[in-house]
Amino acid sequence: MSTTPTAKRNRIELIALYVVSIVAAFVIAAILVNTSGDSWSKAVVAMINGAFKNPGRWGETLRRAAPLLIVAAGSAIAAKAGIFNIGQEGQVLIGATGAAFIMTKIHPGSPLMLILGVLLGMLAGAAWAGISALLYYWRRVPVVLSTLLLVYLSSQITGYTMTRKFLLLEVVEGSPTRIQNSAKTAVNSRLGIMHIFGNNVPLTVPIAIIFAIGVAYMLSRSVWGFRLKMLGLNPRTAQRAGVSHVKFGSMALLTSGAAAGLAGSLMLASGESNYRASSGFAASVGWDGLLVALVARNNPYASIPVALAFACLHTGSNFLAAAGVKSVLVDVIRGLLVLALFIPPAVSELRKKRRVLALMTERA
Amino acid sequence: MLAFLGSFGDILSNGPLYQSTFRLAAILVFAAVGEWVAERAGTINLSVEAMLLGGHFATAIAYTQTSNFAISLFVGAIAGIFVSSFQAYLSHYLNADQFGIGLTLNILLLGLVAFLEPNFDLSTKLAGEVKVPLLYDIPIIGPAMFGQRWPMYLVYAVVPLSWWLLMRTKWGLEVRAVGEDPQAADVTGIHVNARRRHAILYTGFIAGLGGGVYLFGQVGRFESGNIGGKGIIAIAAVIFGGWTLRGAVAGCILFGYVDALRLNLPNIVGHDFNAQLLAALPFLATIVVMLIFAKHTRQPASLALPFIRGLK
Repeated sequence: MSTTPTAKRNRIELIALYVVSIVAAFVIAAILVNTSGDSWSKAVVAMINGAFKNPGRWGETLRRAAPLLIVAAGSAIAAKAGIFNIGQEGQVLIGATGAAFIMTKIHPGSPLMLILGVLLGMLAGAAWAGISALLYYWRRVPVVLSTLLLVYLSSQITGYTMTRKFLLLEVVEGSPTRIQNSAKTAVNSRLGIMHIFGNNVPLTVPIAIIFAIGVAYMLSRSVWGFRLKMLGLNPRTAQRAGVSHVKFGSMALLTSGAAAGLAGSLMLASGESNYRASSGFAASVGWDGLLVALVARNNPYASIPVALAFACLHTGSNFLAAAGVKSVLVDVIRGLLVLALFIPPAVSELRKKRRVLALMTERA
Repeated sequence: MLAFLGSFGDILSNGPLYQSTFRLAAILVFAAVGEWVAERAGTINLSVEAMLLGGHFATAIAYTQTSNFAISLFVGAIAGIFVSSFQAYLSHYLNADQFGIGLTLNILLLGLVAFLEPNFDLSTKLAGEVKVPLLYDIPIIGPAMFGQRWPMYLVYAVVPLSWWLLMRTKWGLEVRAVGEDPQAADVTGIHVNARRRHAILYTGFIAGLGGGVYLFGQVGRFESGNIGGKGIIAIAAVIFGGWTLRGAVAGCILFGYVDALRLNLPNIVGHDFNAQLLAALPFLATIVVMLIFAKHTRQPASLALPFIRGLK
């Protein structure tokens, strides 16, 4: 970081812009809440209670944050290579479904089965992203589009596996309602849960942090990461320097799919929706994780606090209904917040360029 | 085997299937024609989904207030422009990432509509059917193309209008130039990002209108899940059509047909299909079709590349 007066001024300006636009996002949300007849102060209290104040809640928040971080770190890998993977929601779901084939089927399970299940989940996520890679490198279908289409497809395919007994549908004797989900994962294939100050913190949390740090290290310090970045910054130069677009591009896409699959299978192993997979299992983890990466500008370290903030929004929203506020409010806040976080760096860039331009005309 | 062939014949000669195809293709055409303009200007506009939903919702509100179809459709179009202005100004004035903005707008609109919907006591209905004389009597396609509720006929205006705007006006030439080679366009004195913004605002106008038409011509009642992925399929149709209007419309008809099959197949064949696989059909078909046809096309050279002056 340089500390010239201009750089310093730019940084202060950027921070001020961030503060202003975040406040603006919340003010708009508050106005929305009040105009629809609810009280925003009640909503704020409910969200704070839900996110960390009530007993056991910050454990829940951490539980939510962990997969978000893994997904975000994975998205960063693809983004650094200049590939925009936006199908994480589907990759998470397919990953969890893949893991369920081992974790719910083989009893009584064992740590080995846990590892195998997670591996299968990662493989499934990577394969799902691989379809997009295939479509792009073979048929030039934009990755953005194919990954998005595959999201819609994934929930239907997962839903299908939950309707067939030979696949994943749980067989319950004499059960009147046919709830379409898988059986519980085998007890011994589950991931440990730490008890800290009355909160249940699953082991996914340290795993996610280690994963994010690992990704950050690989991207900034390894030859592999360097090649990916080269590909992202200038594909033509990268190609000349021996970085094959097909090879490294699809590798980046597959890796980000595998990360999403990892997130999905770890969620299943750590007790998300009571250790059962279903077609709604991903519960926006993929979307949120992607938004985390976008907001954190594909920096895995910056993703840690952002993932935490997004998780707070999610767990806080669980308490909104009890306070008489519609819980979809959180979707609005999340959207506004992400837009608000997009604006400051863009405005700052624009102003920087204007200043340079003004300087140039002055000299001329 | 014979039964299979028989049911195949039933599918091909089924009138309601074609009518349903027209209606489902029409909404895709609105979205795809708008998207086509934006993509020719160099933006992959993911938020076309949000624009459809915005138009759909605003039209429903306007109809509840005014009980006037035309005014409501107009309000829907304005709402579409409003939504698109976010995409336009954030991605081509502030140069924020266009996919990020598009995706966020889609999520935001879905949340916003779900949040606001209970506040409005929405009551809407289908518009009246108008049978075009003579043309209606053409077998099979006559009732499908000319026996619809009247807002559907707007599709016949939108397609040629968009073609004329993009292919025969100075503005259109500039928009296409901006999508191919923004540096060259800039040197010629065309305001690149302004043209791209215009193209996106036009998308918003058409898609917002389409959202309203879908309300009055197909569903009749507002639900926030009505749009669910139609914008994305429209984008696929544009790519399927190789960035030509003809091709995009053909893609819409194809995807509309698949969607109609999904809705009508159980009635026609009388066999119970798996609900999940049936629901997956449009998306599955889209992917398969892209896999087969996508390669033979040339995309606008600067598609999805932001233009910042002085940056090569």
